Amino acid sequence: MEPWINAGVALGKLLILANIVLINVAYLVYWERKLSAWAQSRVGPNRVGPAGLLQPFADVLKLVLKEDIVPTQAYKPIHTLAPFLALFVAFTSFAVIPIGPDITIADSAWQAIFGDSFSFAIIPSINPGILYILALTSIGVYAITMSGWSSGSKYSLLGGVRSSAQMISYEISMGFSIAGVVLLAQSLSPQAIIESQSGWMWNIFVQPIGFITFVTAAFAETNRLPFDLPEAEPELVGGYHTEYSSMKFGSFFLAEYANMTTASALIVLLYLGGWQVPYIEKLGLSETLTVIIQVAAFFLKVAALLFFFIWVRWSIPRFRYDQLMSIGWKVMFPLALINLVWVAVIAMIFN
Amino acid sequence: MIPLEYYLILSAFLFVTGVTGVITRRNAIVVFMSIELMLNAANLTFVAYSSFFGDVVGQLFVFFVMAVAAAEVAIGLAIIIALFRNKETINIDEINILKW
Amino acid sequence: MTLEQVLFGFFALVAVVSAVMMITGKNPVVSALFLVLNFGALSGTYVLLRAQFIAVVQIIVYAGAIMVLFLFVLMLLRPDREQSYFKDKPQMKLLAIIVGVLMLAQIAYAVLSTTTGKVAEEASRIETGTIENIGRELYTTYLLPFEAIAFVLLTATLGALVLSKKKLD
Repeated sequence: MEPWINAGVALGKLLILANIVLINVAYLVYWERKLSAWAQSRVGPNRVGPAGLLQPFADVLKLVLKEDIVPTQAYKPIHTLAPFLALFVAFTSFAVIPIGPDITIADSAWQAIFGDSFSFAIIPSINPGILYILALTSIGVYAITMSGWSSGSKYSLLGGVRSSAQMISYEISMGFSIAGVVLLAQSLSPQAIIESQSGWMWNIFVQPIGFITFVTAAFAETNRLPFDLPEAEPELVGGYHTEYSSMKFGSFFLAEYANMTTASALIVLLYLGGWQVPYIEKLGLSETLTVIIQVAAFFLKVAALLFFFIWVRWSIPRFRYDQLMSIGWKVMFPLALINLVWVAVIAMIFN
Repeated sequence: MIPLEYYLILSAFLFVTGVTGVITRRNAIVVFMSIELMLNAANLTFVAYSSFFGDVVGQLFVFFVMAVAAAEVAIGLAIIIALFRNKETINIDEINILKW
Repeated sequence: MTLEQVLFGFFALVAVVSAVMMITGKNPVVSALFLVLNFGALSGTYVLLRAQFIAVVQIIVYAGAIMVLFLFVLMLLRPDREQSYFKDKPQMKLLAIIVGVLMLAQIAYAVLSTTTGKVAEEASRIETGTIENIGRELYTTYLLPFEAIAFVLLTATLGALVLSKKKLD
């Protein structure tokens, strides 16, 4: 396969997937407002467009048209860079997540373009794909630290330190939960991890403790309620993005929702069997239909998890900072270790 | 293919930059960061040789260097914090109580 | 020019420029961020060297853990503006540059005058850097150093706790 065709295919996949994520993020905000209205017995946005469907565009337009205020004490280059870094990390994590099975191509006309097999992930050739996602998560800490420091305000600084300490602490239990999954799959490649969960062997059933610690860590990593200390305006004067306005604030806002989508996709990949639909091969469907159903199943699972994220936000009160830290270090970290031992015992017995 | 020497020269440049930083800066943390840069220059040499000769030991050594660097940073920064508590400065010219 | 050469040139340029900016920057926090950029560029060169595992670990360990620690300390200590060493002795700057260049020339001479052995095949080069290969070596031949490094890290954690906690009085 020619390198430039390869690049073109990757670019095409990138365009499609990035747009799916972007539109999804825009409508996630709308969905969140509708669900919060449902939780609080209100109506929610219903003025802009039919049933308020154009509300996300109105929101973005409002943010863009606002004045961009940079504090005088701010360190300007870094102040500007931080929101873009947050967006960059949120979107690039998607590059290794396969949304469907690898397809073997038999038709010679298509073989000329795609080669012998087609993969849904943008860069399928990264072998340690899970490590790539972990590396990007650790880069995400910088967006928060930089925005907190460069704002030149002590409240932003404290908020930034608070959030980044939270992220680093939960990264540890996240890493140990992933280690359990990797131990069973015996591979770091996302596609191999999904394939190891065939039938009903989803990791959520095999290692439920790991699932709980990972989901908790995902909530903390995305700064979502019950761990959304940056949003705590009344008691903590907000967080790292207190001094941001206009589209820079909007970038943090978008990055939060994009991170939520990435985290949901990651949970689906690691614990809910990815694109797998149990026993679909028994139905005797045609190959194309099977792939379509599998891709749809992936998106359905992600949507269910996104609903879960929003549902939790409107049901559970916020944790205090010391409670958050003690849960991370004294509950979630030991649980993740227990899970790792559990998985090791299982792997020893059944292999 | 890029010759091995290119990587070695790059590594040498980074190492010399690190040395210059250690000698000329007064902020203890920046000095510390320059040491990290020197460690990384050495790592680049290890990885370059390891990759070119297909020998895994160089990359294993880099792994150990990273672990030692992490330990070193934890201890070093703790020492700097302890110094700052006592002397209210991290300027290495002013931290001279061991000097006669 | 092949893609590999272009990428090497890019990463080398970023690494060199960010290293120089790191040691000359006035603001220590900006220096730390340039060092992070430098580590990112080095990770890129590791990918070019087919050391995929080391490349990812470089980002996770150096950028994700070590430099965040530096930034925390820098942001919370807020050290006063550093008085440059060259402020009162400007002639020292020239001397520093000369010594630096001499040292670089010395190392470069040493590098270029030695003959290197036979370069390995492409397939074995790729095989060397995979996580499977590194893990196998680490847990068989080098098991003892691996355990020893675990104790070093444990000791460092305890030491950092003891050193940085407030005195109980």
